[in-house]
Amino acid sequence: MAKKSSSPNLSRRDFTKIVMSFLGSIMGAMVGVPIIGYVISPALKATEIDDWVSLGALDSYPIGSPKLFSFTRTKVNGWEQTTNSYGVFVVRKSESALNVYSNVCTHLSCRVNWNEEVAAYTCPCHDAQFGLNGEVLYGPPPRPMDEYEYTIEDGNILIHLTEA
Amino acid sequence: MFEKIFQWLDERLGLEAIYGAVLDRKVPKVNWWFTLGSASLFLFVMQGITGIFLTMYYVPSPDKAYDSIQYIMNGVAFGWLIRGIHHWGASLMVLIVFLHMLRTFFYGAYKYPREITWLTGSLLLLLTLGMGFTGYLLPWNQRAYWATTVGTEIAGTVPGIGDFILRALRGGSDLSAVTLARFFSAHIWLLPLGIVLLISVHMYLIIRLGISNVPGEDE
Ligand code: HEM
Ligand code: FES
Repeated sequence: MAKKSSSPNLSRRDFTKIVMSFLGSIMGAMVGVPIIGYVISPALKATEIDDWVSLGALDSYPIGSPKLFSFTRTKVNGWEQTTNSYGVFVVRKSESALNVYSNVCTHLSCRVNWNEEVAAYTCPCHDAQFGLNGEVLYGPPPRPMDEYEYTIEDGNILIHLTEA
Repeated sequence: MFEKIFQWLDERLGLEAIYGAVLDRKVPKVNWWFTLGSASLFLFVMQGITGIFLTMYYVPSPDKAYDSIQYIMNGVAFGWLIRGIHHWGASLMVLIVFLHMLRTFFYGAYKYPREITWLTGSLLLLLTLGMGFTGYLLPWNQRAYWATTVGTEIAGTVPGIGDFILRALRGGSDLSAVTLARFFSAHIWLLPLGIVLLISVHMYLIIRLGISNVPGEDE
């Protein structure tokens, strides 16, 4: 190894370098891939929800003003059952027409309340206001309130709850 | 480019000097038994890394410890691998550290001026065993529970202060959630901290004193 080989062929040192970096990359991948997979795998798990949830009899909801219905759903996260609570506002426009809105603020997910005095859904976090039909009246939310698809079966309201 | 950056850093940090002292030392003509210390060090680092990743999912509570380990084994990608390495590495480390001690004993490497290397080494062996003892309880299954019952009971047979030692280990008279929490704490904080400090002294002495010769026929 005293002086560099002058032959046109690969020198012993360069050959060693190439082999070492090749083996090194393989070993790096063998260590790196499992560790990255291990850390991010819960993020890649699909915990889908695709349910029809009953909100009770259509007749129990007044015409004109929103009424809150709350329910919970549990799912398995890791080694534990996680219970999430949901709130939806049912707004009956007439005998047969209605809308169901999620109470999750479209800004940063605080829960909104119906405030009779200002006739708006108000968000406690950043003062947003939404109108009776979910439209943004005031504040930072980027879009109107989210709505649920619904059907009426045997006089009961069912909403379609989906989550990816 | 890299040459320049390296030079700039080396001038300020003395990297060449560190490299020379740590890795480019003069070593007598030795044999494979002399690699056992480096093997112990490698295993300790590996246990440390896999252990850190295990704490990402493990929960040291009696109602969740077992479930969280089931989750690591079946629910997390490569969880079986990380846990497997930590599990088998633990036994291997005890074995290798012990063989390393036998090597230094039979070669008389503990003699002047290496008595303190030997002393810190003995403590390292004890702490390594302590790691095994505290780690064994963490899965909180039947075997773990009864092994710790027996182990702490044995410590309790020390004359006079035995009962106190048993209570101190268990954190009370029963094997309980308190025991699991303190074993976990010892396993991931106290004992590794002690091992790191002792390895630092151990390695400093090896660098300072150099490695001993293989003793000759007449020694
Ligand atoms: C975590 C445990 C330990 C680690 C990481 C460790 C690490 C090392 C390393 C890297 C060396 C360099 C020489 C060689 O590899 O043989 C060494 C030398 C030495 N070790 Fe350890 N060791 C550990 C435990 C022990 C134990 C349990 C003893 C004995 C009670 C011990 C006594 C010694 C002695 C006397 C030397 C000097 C050998 C010589 O100069 O020839 N070590 N240790
Ligand atoms: S979260 Fe509702 S206004 Fe910001």
